[in-house]
Amino acid sequence: MIDVQNVSKRFGAVRALDGVTFAAGDGRITGLLGPNGAGKSTCLRILSTVIKPDGGRVRVGDTDLAAAPLVARRLLGVLPHGSGLYPQLTARENVEYYGRLHGLPEPLLKQRAEALIARLDLGAIADRKAKGFSQGEKTKVALARALVHEPQHLLLDEPTSGLDVMATRHLREWLRELRAQGRCVLLSSHVMQEVEALVDDLVIIAGGRVTLSGTPAELAQRYPGRSLEEIFVAAVSGAEHATT
Amino acid sequence: MIRTILTVCRKEILETARDRRTLFSLLLGPLLGPLLFVTIINVAVSRNLSGLDQPLDLPIVGAERAPNLIAFLNARGLHPAVSDVKDVDDAAAAVGRGALDVAVVIDERYEKDFGTEHAARVTVIYDRSRSSAQSKIQRVHGTLEAYGQQIGALRLVANGVSPSLLRPLLVDDLDVSTPAGRSVLMLGVLTYFLLFATLTGGLHLAIDTTAGERERRSLEPLLTLPVTRASLLLGKMAATVCYMLVSLALTLAAFTVALKRVPLEQLGMSSSFDAATALATFGILCPFAPLGAALMTTVASFTKTYREAQTYLTFILLIPTLPLMFAALLNVEAELKLMWIPSLSQHLLITALIKAQPLNWAFVGISAASSLVLGVLLGWLAIRLYEREAILG
Repeated sequence: MIDVQNVSKRFGAVRALDGVTFAAGDGRITGLLGPNGAGKSTCLRILSTVIKPDGGRVRVGDTDLAAAPLVARRLLGVLPHGSGLYPQLTARENVEYYGRLHGLPEPLLKQRAEALIARLDLGAIADRKAKGFSQGEKTKVALARALVHEPQHLLLDEPTSGLDVMATRHLREWLRELRAQGRCVLLSSHVMQEVEALVDDLVIIAGGRVTLSGTPAELAQRYPGRSLEEIFVAAVSGAEHATT
Repeated sequence: MIRTILTVCRKEILETARDRRTLFSLLLGPLLGPLLFVTIINVAVSRNLSGLDQPLDLPIVGAERAPNLIAFLNARGLHPAVSDVKDVDDAAAAVGRGALDVAVVIDERYEKDFGTEHAARVTVIYDRSRSSAQSKIQRVHGTLEAYGQQIGALRLVANGVSPSLLRPLLVDDLDVSTPAGRSVLMLGVLTYFLLFATLTGGLHLAIDTTAGERERRSLEPLLTLPVTRASLLLGKMAATVCYMLVSLALTLAAFTVALKRVPLEQLGMSSSFDAATALATFGILCPFAPLGAALMTTVASFTKTYREAQTYLTFILLIPTLPLMFAALLNVEAELKLMWIPSLSQHLLITALIKAQPLNWAFVGISAASSLVLGVLLGWLAIRLYEREAILG
């Protein structure tokens, strides 16, 4: 599981995160929701150890992020916004490159890549250069790449953005499969409809703070007669009032 | 750590090799440089040698006033030509607008003055800034002067005076420069081409390491992998160095072939640029590659986009040429303290190689060490910059 305690981050005069606290459990899909500029990306960047928080602590599994970032990275798979594939490498090479950097032995690496290519239906494009891929294909390859070391935790930054209906459906399917395997899945989005059917837990973040969290059922109970969309809008605008 | 560096290095080499545009520009530099170089030298050679012994038509105003002088000029291949110039002003105008390279005007008082106490005036009109006319100007000047000296000597003899009385000093030129030594003037440009090719070979990868990866959004996921940023950067710089050395090797090979086709012997030079020299030159320039790679990577890490990085790095390409210009202006020779300056030290060592002088191994050692030490320092700086959060842009 991922445990975020009172994390803050400043960029110059801008307070990007201000005491963010939440947890994402194993065998669950947690949605980090918020409008653009709310601090979702900063939060995911801190979780993926690319940047360091100014205050607070993050635990991934039993590992403290600040104390052992290299250990924590082995436990994390990251699907970045916009895939970030190498255009001149084939799908397979992209996946294998990350496996190699994760220190997997060569036979295991090939085997894992092959299995992921089969599972994600990438057989037809596995040995083509990534530069010609559609957004859906890119996301698939990037997902395979994030899973090559079989991480317990998966971070996805706006995974559904730019995907068509079918690709979105497939992605949801795979994420549910990962959940069924007992993994901890944390994804960010700024559109409630895209994730409400998928997530087990919601963390709504606005103005660098968590303004609301809980399961969709809990939230519906707390605000009877209102849709999740309406609750989201209220939670977000409330925070904006609080900060202004 | 070593495994990570090798993995990254291998992937960067493969990826760059697949990019046709990058590969094309990588090959173009090494081939274009020598081609340009050989063309320039060939043009220079043909210009310097053209017409040294061939008849030259020389517009002479007032040729009828000095039949003996004309005969002297004729005997030396300078034939009076028909032209419509009438006087000095006419000739100056014609030379000025480029209709004539050089013209001679024999003064109206020439006949009267010749043989009296007055010196007879002959005016040579030319444009010194016109490089294509230099050899003609010198030839006309030299021939006229020779005539004057001959007449002067004859007159002294006629008066019973030895002509050597007018020459208290006998200046004898004894040029001991070897033919290979003389070729250095032209081959001095060679180092510039070589340094340039070395740097351009790694340009793409140096930019791609930071600005390029950031632009393609592949930097952020890369930094989430369980490897240190230092090993990622070292792998990338290693790949950069590989491409720089390939570019250098190609350029040297092209030069070795091309210089065989240059008529350096006609200029009284000998080109000692054979395969062995090329190999030694490669060895001398090798330590410069890591320094160049670290420098370019460091500069590129400050930029936001590939294009911005390209702009800055174009200036960086000029830095190694500054010591070379300094060397050319001051005509410096290889000495110990200059071996501490990268690019200049390599230039001086390569110059010595081309002059076929024995290599000073202490110099070679210091040159390599200073380049490598500076390269390590800059590499360390590049790693520190890579570890900043601002690297994500």
